[in-house]
Amino acid sequence: MATREFAAHELHAAPQGFIRKWVFSLDHKVIGLQYYFLALTAVFVGMFLSLLMRIHLIWPNATLPLFGDIKPETYLSLLTMHGTIMVFFVLTTAPQGGFGNYFLPIQIGAADMAFPVLNMLSFWITFLAYIVMLSAFFVVGGAPLHGWTGYPPLSALPSAGPGEGLGADLWVISIALFCVGALMSALNFITTTLDMRAKGMTLMRMPLTCWAWFITAILGLLAFGVLFSAGILLLLDRNAGTSFFVPLVTVNGQLAGHKGGSPLLWQHLFWFFGHPEVYIAILPAMGLCSQLLSVFSRKPIFGYKAMVYAMLSIGLLGFMVWGHHMFMSGMSPYTGFAFSVMTMAIGVPSAIKTFNWLGTMWGARIRFSSPMLFAIGFVSLFVSGGISGPFLAQPVLDIPLHDTYFVTGHFHLIMGVASIFGIFGATYYWFPKMFGRMMSESLARWHFWFTFIGTYAIFMPMHYLGMAGHPRRYSQLTELNYLHGLVPLQKFITYAAFVTIAGQFIFLFNLFWSMKAGKKASDNPWEATTLEWTTTTPPPHDNFGGHTPVVYNGPYEYSVPGAPRDYVMQTDPAIVSVAH
Amino acid sequence: MGRSAPAIALDAPTITLGDDGVLPPARDARDYGPDDGSPDFAARLRRARLGMCVALAGIVMIFVSFTSAYLVRQGLPTLDPRTDALVRDWIPVRLPNLLLINTCVLLVSSLTMALARRQVAREVALVRLASLPGNCAGHEPRISWLTVTVFLGLSFLTMQWLAWRELAASGFYVGTNPSSSFVYLLTGMHGVHLLGGVFALLAAGAAPLLHRPVNSRLIILDVTGWYWHFMAILWIYIFCLLEFAR
Repeated sequence: MATREFAAHELHAAPQGFIRKWVFSLDHKVIGLQYYFLALTAVFVGMFLSLLMRIHLIWPNATLPLFGDIKPETYLSLLTMHGTIMVFFVLTTAPQGGFGNYFLPIQIGAADMAFPVLNMLSFWITFLAYIVMLSAFFVVGGAPLHGWTGYPPLSALPSAGPGEGLGADLWVISIALFCVGALMSALNFITTTLDMRAKGMTLMRMPLTCWAWFITAILGLLAFGVLFSAGILLLLDRNAGTSFFVPLVTVNGQLAGHKGGSPLLWQHLFWFFGHPEVYIAILPAMGLCSQLLSVFSRKPIFGYKAMVYAMLSIGLLGFMVWGHHMFMSGMSPYTGFAFSVMTMAIGVPSAIKTFNWLGTMWGARIRFSSPMLFAIGFVSLFVSGGISGPFLAQPVLDIPLHDTYFVTGHFHLIMGVASIFGIFGATYYWFPKMFGRMMSESLARWHFWFTFIGTYAIFMPMHYLGMAGHPRRYSQLTELNYLHGLVPLQKFITYAAFVTIAGQFIFLFNLFWSMKAGKKASDNPWEATTLEWTTTTPPPHDNFGGHTPVVYNGPYEYSVPGAPRDYVMQTDPAIVSVAH
Repeated sequence: MGRSAPAIALDAPTITLGDDGVLPPARDARDYGPDDGSPDFAARLRRARLGMCVALAGIVMIFVSFTSAYLVRQGLPTLDPRTDALVRDWIPVRLPNLLLINTCVLLVSSLTMALARRQVAREVALVRLASLPGNCAGHEPRISWLTVTVFLGLSFLTMQWLAWRELAASGFYVGTNPSSSFVYLLTGMHGVHLLGGVFALLAAGAAPLLHRPVNSRLIILDVTGWYWHFMAILWIYIFCLLEFAR
């Protein structure tokens, strides 16, 4: 197909000025980096907030740097902002908006996303949402108290607490804006995946990363609209005197002026979004991890189709299990049973994925480069965080464990840290392609061991705290005798947090230092097969320098018998007869 | 959308499922008459239509969640802690009759939208013919269906506003009762979405003034047409929900 001319980017030719090139860029690669660096600032803000919480838990009377005294409501606003920033602006933003934007078009052989202007808009709306969210710290009353789940009546009544005035309004507006940005982005991802694939790139030849981004985008499209609606209803309850969520309640002895609303309605709407959101955070990491395990094991991924169908069924089941967050909120036992069964059913595709990852590594001559370390770390965290899922999925066990540190430990391991490991692995893996230089391998190893051991040290003990009945979200529990014995464990967690957070500065240093002084990277430093490694480093404005690639092979052709090298690029036509 | 999409000269791109089973190629742009020679027009049109379908799915989810909230909130007896009794606080709203007229206006606008799409496609074909040397296919004075559609869309929105005023005059404000909250909410959200459609139509109308290529105009108009018909269907759904499930 020699006539496959590239008319692309005649429409938006390579921009010249700084503003058009780096600020209001239409180039998916720049937008991807913008998302990535937004998430990078957000993760440090979120981490700082968690540090303040950990310090307050073991030194309750300490005056904190940059923050002063911590009152109980300050602690609540810290955890609200920590959760919100981490879930929305890190876990949703970095793997999908960052790496997805940068690499989805390149991996499927397209010149850009389907709708570049929309892409730019979705980033800037997300950025606006981020600014609005952060501004909640600096208004009268401070940041909201209602947790990242925003349960009414607390979140719906401005008189309910110091942060529930303007701060909570800003929180809701920020979330609604974020939803709009995420919906636009999902639209772009789906259209791009379905319509922009290069010739020969059938759906079943897409790298699993692309599958993960695609499925994540579908989840986002169907979930964020629901959160958006819920946010609108909440905003009306707060400011227009409606009673969607607020029953007749009194605040400080005074009637709040609402009646008849249902707090449970918010919980249903929120968790209908909230549970798919968990998979929005983890699916891209699953895709990345599959990619890395195959590349560095020099073996095809074990069960490619099974991986695809497992991700699809995780996505599908993810929409049917929201009720398991509400066992304690008042639910018919029959409904609880149904949600419980559906939830445990997710264990099946998850196990398929885990065994396929292990099968990929089985008997392989593994190259233990830093991306691989993080991919293996991801599998480890996915298992240890996932195994507590079936505990919590059962109403009988959830009743004592609900709202304890057990839950905190569970979702931090699987949704938080596992997904972060995916982001780290992807950073180390794609940094050469993005910036043209290698990251320092020895610093990366230090970073890995600090983070891997550190996160286990932080979150494993939380399971014990939870089983001992330690509730989450409380700033102080000094009055309760049964918790006194747990103080040393809390101290240990805080010390581990100090060390782990210190370890993250190794990463930060490595990232920026390597951009300037890293070793020059070749076009394909990891000897990987997917399309991003066929182009120059870093990729030109139209990704492939004037031609579209034609794909002949699947994405994981490693150690093919008879092939001259131990990997066959997706674009290698000469090898194809040998390979089959 | 539209002009911003990168144009890749794909030769008859197909959506394939795996290595086996090739789906038929998506619809081409033949109903628009002769191509202007731009090889990527069909691909861009298909991409824009696909994007619109995906966007509509997102919008559907927004209204699905409003519907579920509507039904749940409606059927929910709540506990009054003062009397310790379960009470129902839902007072059905009598919708203003104006909404019935509005429904007709929107349906007619859907019709004119279809006419506008055809008309612009024909004009574009004529422009191409006229650009050929020795051809003098002139403009025949006609009604611009695009303008009519914009006019009808704006009158719909204005009359929705009047319907709100009527509702308020009868004592139902946004916060008066959950039923009236939902009336304002659903009509308001629909209105906002329709306003977006009006802006898209204005953009299509302004395309010649902005020296945008005729193809972009056609693509904007095509997908806005889909959007517009969807808005009409959505309105009928909302109207039925508010009228028959109150």
